[in-house]
Amino acid sequence: MTPRERCRAHTKKGERCRNPAGPDGLCALHRRRLVGGATPTPEGGAPGARTPPDDAAEGGAPGEQDLGPLGPVLDWVEEALEFLGRRVLGEYEVDEFGHDPDLVEHVLAPLLRPLYRHWWRVETRGLEHVPDSGPALVVGNHAGTLPFDALMVALALLDEHPAHRSLRMLAADLAFNLPVVAPLARKSGNTLATAEDATRLLEAGELVGVWPEGYKGLGKPYRERYQLQRFGRGGFVEIALRTGAPIVPVAVVGSEEIYPMIANLRRLARLLGFPYFPVTPTFPALGPLGAIPLPSKWLIEFCPPIETAHLGPEALLDPMVLFDLTDRVRDTIQQTVHRNLLARGSAFG
Amino acid sequence: MGRRVLVTGAARTTGQRLVGALAEEPEVERLVAVDDLEPQAPFPAKVEHLAVDLRSPALVRTVQSAGIDTCVHLGVTAEPRAAGGRVTMKERNVLGTMQLLAAAYHAPDLRRLVLKSTTAVYGAAAGDPAVWTESMSHGSPRHGFGKDAIEVEDYVRSFHRRRPDVAVTVLRLANQVGPTVDNPLTRYFELPVCPTVLGFDPRLQFLHEEDTAEVLLRSILGPAPAGTFNVAGDGVVLLSQAIRIAGKPPLPIPEPLVNWVAEMVGRTVDFSPEQVRFLQYGRVADTSAAADQLGFIPKWSSLHAFEDFAATRLRRLVTEEQVTRVEHDVLDLLRRTAGWLARELPR
Repeated sequence: MTPRERCRAHTKKGERCRNPAGPDGLCALHRRRLVGGATPTPEGGAPGARTPPDDAAEGGAPGEQDLGPLGPVLDWVEEALEFLGRRVLGEYEVDEFGHDPDLVEHVLAPLLRPLYRHWWRVETRGLEHVPDSGPALVVGNHAGTLPFDALMVALALLDEHPAHRSLRMLAADLAFNLPVVAPLARKSGNTLATAEDATRLLEAGELVGVWPEGYKGLGKPYRERYQLQRFGRGGFVEIALRTGAPIVPVAVVGSEEIYPMIANLRRLARLLGFPYFPVTPTFPALGPLGAIPLPSKWLIEFCPPIETAHLGPEALLDPMVLFDLTDRVRDTIQQTVHRNLLARGSAFG
Repeated sequence: MGRRVLVTGAARTTGQRLVGALAEEPEVERLVAVDDLEPQAPFPAKVEHLAVDLRSPALVRTVQSAGIDTCVHLGVTAEPRAAGGRVTMKERNVLGTMQLLAAAYHAPDLRRLVLKSTTAVYGAAAGDPAVWTESMSHGSPRHGFGKDAIEVEDYVRSFHRRRPDVAVTVLRLANQVGPTVDNPLTRYFELPVCPTVLGFDPRLQFLHEEDTAEVLLRSILGPAPAGTFNVAGDGVVLLSQAIRIAGKPPLPIPEPLVNWVAEMVGRTVDFSPEQVRFLQYGRVADTSAAADQLGFIPKWSSLHAFEDFAATRLRRLVTEEQVTRVEHDVLDLLRRTAGWLARELPR
C-alpha cells in the first residue's frame, strides 16, 4: 500500500499543504481556491471576482457557487473536516522528536492565539535577530509559575517571524513524566533538556529554545520579579559552542504578573512531586477560577545574536569563555527586561 | 570456496525468511539451520536442518566439522510463553548464546558472527534522550527481553575480545512488522481494542520484515564492517497514530491499573512489563551509523512498514472511503445551505 498523495499546493504560510490530494494532485480546499476561485471569469472580471449566481450554477460543481459572506466560514469548516479526517486515519507525520506540526497548526496554536493577542496583548520586537533558516539557540528569562512565557515566545516565532519558525524548546524531565502533558510537550516540538537532544536539534538546523533559570525562575516569589536567577551551569553555552550556533537572547516582560506567587507550600509540593506549590492571591483560594492568569501587558524582545562559531570547539576547554558568555547572555536579558519594564509602564495597562 | 553459514533460531519467521534467501545465493555452499522447532514451511533442499537446542553438544560438533565460516545468531527470543515461561526463555536466550559462543570459539574457520539484537536494550523511560545512538550509555532494562539482549551482547563482545579475527556485527533491530511477522507487538495491534496508558503517546519505530532480511543478508554476505548498529525504518510513528492506522479503538488505562490490565491482556499477546513501559514511553534509535558504515538504508519507512502491516493483516473499522465520504457529504450539505442562504437572504 502506498500512502495517499499529498496536495501539491502551498498554504498561506508557504508550507506544503498536508491535505490528501485528489486525482488532479490538489486537495478539495486548494482545488477550489486555485482552480475554482482564481481563474479570470469569462466576463473579463479580475481574478478572484466571481460571477453572480444564477440558476444554471446549481447543478454544477459546488465550488463554483457564490456563497457570499459564508464562504470563509465554509473554508474553515472544510479545513477542520480535513484535519479531523487526517487524524482519524492517522495520516500525519511527526519527526523523530515527536513534533506534530499538523496538530500545532490546527489545535495548539489556535488555542494559545487568543491569550497572545487579546489577553496579554503581546508586542514582539527584534524578530529580525532570529535567522530565517539554520540553527540558533534562543535563550530567555523564565517566570510566572507555569511556563506560558515559553509558549508565547514560541507562538511569536511561529506567527510573526517571516519564516514562521518552530521553536524547539528544552523542557524539564517533569514534563515528560506527567500524563497528558508528556505527549503534548513532545507534539508541540519540545524535548528533554539534555546535551544530546539539544545538539541533535541544532545539528538538524532547528531553532532551539532554552530557559536556563528553570524552576528557580518559574517558581520565584513575586517580590523578586524581573530579577534573573542563576543561569544553571551554563550548559546552553557549551551546546552553542559545540554546534557553532548563534545565541539569541530573548527578554520577556509581563509573565511575572500572570500568577503573582506570594507563598510556596514546599511540603505539599514535595508530597505531590512538584518543584513548588504556588499560592497566588486567587489560587488555591478560588479553586479552578484561581488558575485563570491575570491579564498583564506583555513585551517580548529578541536581542542581537551573540555569535559563537568564531570561537571554535577549543573554547569548550576554557571555563572562562563559558562563564563570560553565560554572563553576557544573562546581562543582555536582564538589561533588556529593565528597559522594557520602564517602557511598558503600568503592568496591566 | 563457497560460504558455509550457520543460522540459529532458523524456524521462526525471520529465520525462515533469511534461510530461504540465503539458499538462493550461489555464494553460499553450505547452510545449516539450527532450531529445535519444526519450521512452518519446509526448508529448501539445500538446507541442513539441525533440530537441536542451542545447548546440545551436537551443535559444537557441527560448527567444527562443517567448517562454518559465518555464524548468524537469531535465537534470542522475546516471547516468554512460546519459550515455555520466563525462566526457560532466559535460559534459552543467555545460556544458549553462551553455548553457541563456546562452540564458535573452537571453530577454526569462523570469520564472521552476526547477532540479531534489539533496540530494547535501551529500555524505555521518561528521562531518556529523544534519540538513542549506539554509543550512548543506557540505563539497563531490568526485565525480560531487553535484559537478556544486554547480557547476550555482553557475551558477544567478550567473545570478540577472545577471537579478534572474527568480525562481529551486532544489529539492534527496532520492532518488526510486516505481512508474516508474528510477535507480541503485532498481536497487540490485532486485539479488538488497543489498551494504552492514559495520557501517554509514545514514539515508536518499525522495521519491515523485508528490511530485516535485507540487513541480515548484507551483514552476512556484504563487506560488512564489524560494529553495533541500530536498524529501523526512517521516521517515527506515534502509538495513537498507529492505532488509528490500524483502525482500532484505543482503550486508555490509568497508570495505576496498567499492570493489572497488562497481565490480563498479556495472556493473549505474551506481554511483559518492559513492553508495557515501551507502550508508555516509547523509544527511538538513530540509524545513521547503519547508513554510513553498513550502507544499509531501509526500503520501508516506519510509517510505510506499519501501513503495510495494517493493510495486509488488519481490518480497519473506519476506512478512508468512509471518512472521505462523510467529509464530502457534510461539506456538500453545508455548501448547498450556504448557497441557498446567499441567494435568498438579500431578497
